[in-house]
Amino acid sequence: MSASTPTDQQYAVRTPAPVGDELRAQKIAFMVMVAIIAIAPVVVYPVFMMKVMCFALFACAFNLLIGFGGLLSFGHAMFLGSAGYVSAHAAKVWGLTPELSILCGTAAACLIAYVSGLLAIRRQGIYFAMITLALAQMIFFFCLQAPFTGGEDGIQAVPRGKLFGLIDLSNIVAMYIVVAVIFLGGFLLIFRIVHSPFGHVLKAIRENEARATSLGYDTDRYKLAAYILSGTIAGLAGATKALVFQLASLTDVHWTMSGEVVLMTLLGGLGTIFGPVVGAAVIITMQNYLAQFGAWVTIIQGVIFVICVLAFRRGIIGEIAHAIKKSL
Amino acid sequence: MEIFGIPSQALFGQLLIGLINGSFYALLSLGLAVIFGLLNIINFTHGAQYMLGAFCAYLFLEKLGVGYWWSLLIAPVVVGITGVIIERTMLSKLYKLDHLYGLLLTFGLALIIQGLFRNEFGSSGLPYRIPQELQGAQNLGFMFLPNYRGWVIVVSLVVCLSTWYVIERTKLGAYLRAATENPQLVQAFGINVPRMITLTYGFGVALAAFAGVMAAPIYQVNPLMGADLIIVVFAVVVIGGMGSIMGAIVTGFGLGIIEGLTKVFYPEASNTVIFIIMAIVLMFKPAGLFGTQK
Repeated sequence: MSASTPTDQQYAVRTPAPVGDELRAQKIAFMVMVAIIAIAPVVVYPVFMMKVMCFALFACAFNLLIGFGGLLSFGHAMFLGSAGYVSAHAAKVWGLTPELSILCGTAAACLIAYVSGLLAIRRQGIYFAMITLALAQMIFFFCLQAPFTGGEDGIQAVPRGKLFGLIDLSNIVAMYIVVAVIFLGGFLLIFRIVHSPFGHVLKAIRENEARATSLGYDTDRYKLAAYILSGTIAGLAGATKALVFQLASLTDVHWTMSGEVVLMTLLGGLGTIFGPVVGAAVIITMQNYLAQFGAWVTIIQGVIFVICVLAFRRGIIGEIAHAIKKSL
Repeated sequence: MEIFGIPSQALFGQLLIGLINGSFYALLSLGLAVIFGLLNIINFTHGAQYMLGAFCAYLFLEKLGVGYWWSLLIAPVVVGITGVIIERTMLSKLYKLDHLYGLLLTFGLALIIQGLFRNEFGSSGLPYRIPQELQGAQNLGFMFLPNYRGWVIVVSLVVCLSTWYVIERTKLGAYLRAATENPQLVQAFGINVPRMITLTYGFGVALAAFAGVMAAPIYQVNPLMGADLIIVVFAVVVIGGMGSIMGAIVTGFGLGIIEGLTKVFYPEASNTVIFIIMAIVLMFKPAGLFGTQK
């Protein structure tokens, strides 16, 4: 064994396995999050909370790819936006029930993820980011020109409809519960993926792709699977968001949205379980309060980017986790 | 006269627009390739720095009465200096980390620069007059060529080819290429590699600003003029592959022409044709047309 080979202990420090104590910290954090979601509507607008949850799920999906697979996608808006268009179209034009509309949107995102993933995983690192960005821009122009998306206007006045044909979602409480269930379901799914054998292989590929290959793993297949899972869950967030706001628009497919989700995840903490949620909450809150200042939102986002990269690379949750020496 | 059922005026007109766009693709992707070669980062600020060049020219003219010709010289230097400052104060802190952090940092910087200019100047375009010496047009027999457009094509070709010559055929370029291959070894020979990196970044940025000044009279001067353009240039870079300087130039011009032709034959796809070509190239030659997979 050469001196430069990391010992098992070093690996354990980098990606601690969630056994016993570790898992307990994450369970407590999860309980806190559920409690906040349950209580928050009393204090803040439910619509605001629903927006936060949609973006939190979006950021978690993005984090699955960068944080655990080490792949930086700069085109995640293509999943959020196109799933939103498809679910809005399904609900408004086809008259489908909300759960089927969301399913349609998510399936569309899954398909786009499969095709774009086949292309994007052919290159790595910086190229991967550039390719996903370019593919997303292609989807953007498609959405701009396709007849069913309504061009600059988007699809407006999307009916929320009745869940399973029974529960009327124009009732804000019902809608809130549905969004909360989707968010928590998506979150737990990602949690499960991260801690599954699949998730561990993914982390191994992130740390040392050559070694993972030498152990007999077909790394391209794992990367593609992670990319599709990430894109599909991002699509779930987008499809839900379109029903909540009854709107699917070009904002959600634009590259600025791809940048925003990177920022949310970076601010919250790359590769942490709860970081993207916190990051999304902070960024959405900031946008809400600064909306009247126009371009200043962009400038402040840029400043946060620069600060995060230069001095705050662990992110909010990453710093907390580092301080209490547990993974969150 | 018609060619393939298309009036030749329209065909040559779009070809010319394609060549003009191609000139800017080539200049910008050349700058990206030079920076990437030595710094291993993708300069996301490139689009914003292109915009800065155009705004420098605009502000020089409006506030100081400095005309196009001096702007063409001064604006790249000014913007290049800001690039040197960015490299010294921020980028240089990231070389030991994953290269993706460089991408994220420059993306943040682009947001800041574009946001500040949007605050100050709004998002509508500001006009910049074509310099007096280059007004008018030439009759080529089959079409009219506006003098300024011809000038843009010729100058960007000259700049691109001289950059290629310097990098591939001179001693300075040899140092640069050596440092791209193995910076430690070059440093061991007594060459100041960190300074070379700084100046390379400054040069790449200056190229972007130069393109910006050239673009000012053609497209309007707009805070977001570089924001969408840079994504197309990224696709151009992926198609060409980063390895070769000549590759960046050829693909830049080539894709501009293809885009122009698409506008004639199937206008709906003109926005997306470059991305579609990128997808096809990735399928068959993932390293790019002129690139080598590392």
